[in-house]
Amino acid sequence: MSALDRFDELPDPRPVPSYVVTGGRARPTRNTIRPETLLVAAGDAKQLPVTASSEKRALLKMCRRLLSLVEAAAYLRLPVSVAVVVACDLVDEGFLRVTGESPSGAGRPQPDTPPGRPDLDLLEEVLHGLRKLA
Amino acid sequence: MGSASLHSPAREMPGTYAAADEHYLPDSVERSAKILVVGGFGAGKTTLIGSVSEIIPLRTEEVITAASIGTDDLAGLPGKETTTVAMDFGRITLTQRTVLYLFGMPGQKRFWNPWHALAEGAVGALVLVDTRRLEESFEVLNQLELQASELPFAVAVNLFPGGPRYEEEELREAMDLLPQTPVLCCDARDRASSIRALAGLAGYALAVEKEKTSA
Repeated sequence: MSALDRFDELPDPRPVPSYVVTGGRARPTRNTIRPETLLVAAGDAKQLPVTASSEKRALLKMCRRLLSLVEAAAYLRLPVSVAVVVACDLVDEGFLRVTGESPSGAGRPQPDTPPGRPDLDLLEEVLHGLRKLA
Repeated sequence: MGSASLHSPAREMPGTYAAADEHYLPDSVERSAKILVVGGFGAGKTTLIGSVSEIIPLRTEEVITAASIGTDDLAGLPGKETTTVAMDFGRITLTQRTVLYLFGMPGQKRFWNPWHALAEGAVGALVLVDTRRLEESFEVLNQLELQASELPFAVAVNLFPGGPRYEEEELREAMDLLPQTPVLCCDARDRASSIRALAGLAGYALAVEKEKTSA
C-alpha cells in the first residue's frame, strides 16, 4: 500500500475554506517561495503565539528538518497556493528559513542570467548529476 | 534518526501525516532545481516520475474556479464552477548539495493556470508523447509555446508496446518542431531510460543557456 492510498482512506482534511486559512489573502507576501523552495524551521526556541492557526503549526512542525514547500504541502494535504501563503508568513515572522538559492536566482544578483532561468552552474550540475545516475 | 516512530508517521491534523525522517532531505542540500514533465492524459508522466523518484510520488491538488480558466473550458460541464487539478511530483537528490524535483503537469490549457509559476526557474520541460495519440501532444506543445516560450523543451516518445513507430522526421513534421528541438525515445517504466531522457533535456537546456550568454 502506498502512502497515497493511505491518504485516500482519510476523511476530507479541509473542512475549512482556503480563504480562512490564509486570512482572506490569495497572494503571498513575497514572491520568492516556489513549490521547490527548500524550507527549514529557524531553529531557535521561539514559540508560535497561541493564536497561530493549525496550518501554521503543522507546516512549521513538518519543516523541522529540510523539506521543499511542495512536499510539505502534499504531506499536509494543503493546496500549494495555500501553503505558500502560510510559509511566507512563517518566514516573515522569523519561524521558518528559506535555504540556499532558488533556481530563478531570486535573492541573488545574477546579471548574466535572464530572470526566470536557472544559472549555468546549476544547469551543469543537473546534467552531470543525471548522467551519473543513468 | 533512530527514534522508534521512524516508520509510523504520527497524525498531525485530521487527514494528514507527518513526514517520516527518511522523507527529509540531507542537511547538506543547499539548492533545488526542477524539470517539468508534461504530456496529454495517459502519456506516462506519472509512470516516468515514479520510475526515477527516490520518494513515493506525491500529489497536490488545486481548486480552480471557472473565472480563472475562462468560461469556454467548462462549457461541457453544466453547473460546475470549480474544478480540481492535480499535480504529481517526485524527487531525485543529484549531489550532496543539489536536489531535483520533477513536476508532472497536464498539458491542456485549462490546467495551466494554477501551475503557471512552475515554469519559472525550471531547467526545462520534457514533453512525453504517446504515438497512439499523437494529436494530444499538439495542444501540449501549443500551450508550452504560449505559456512558457522561454522554457527549453525536448520531446520524448514514450515507447508503448504496440504503439506505432514513426521515423524522427515524420514526428518532427507532424509536431512542427524546430530543427534544434531534441526528439528522444524512452520507456517511462524504465529508470535508466527515463533518466537518459531527462539528461538529454538538461544537456539541451545547458546548450541553449550557454548560447544565450555568449551571444
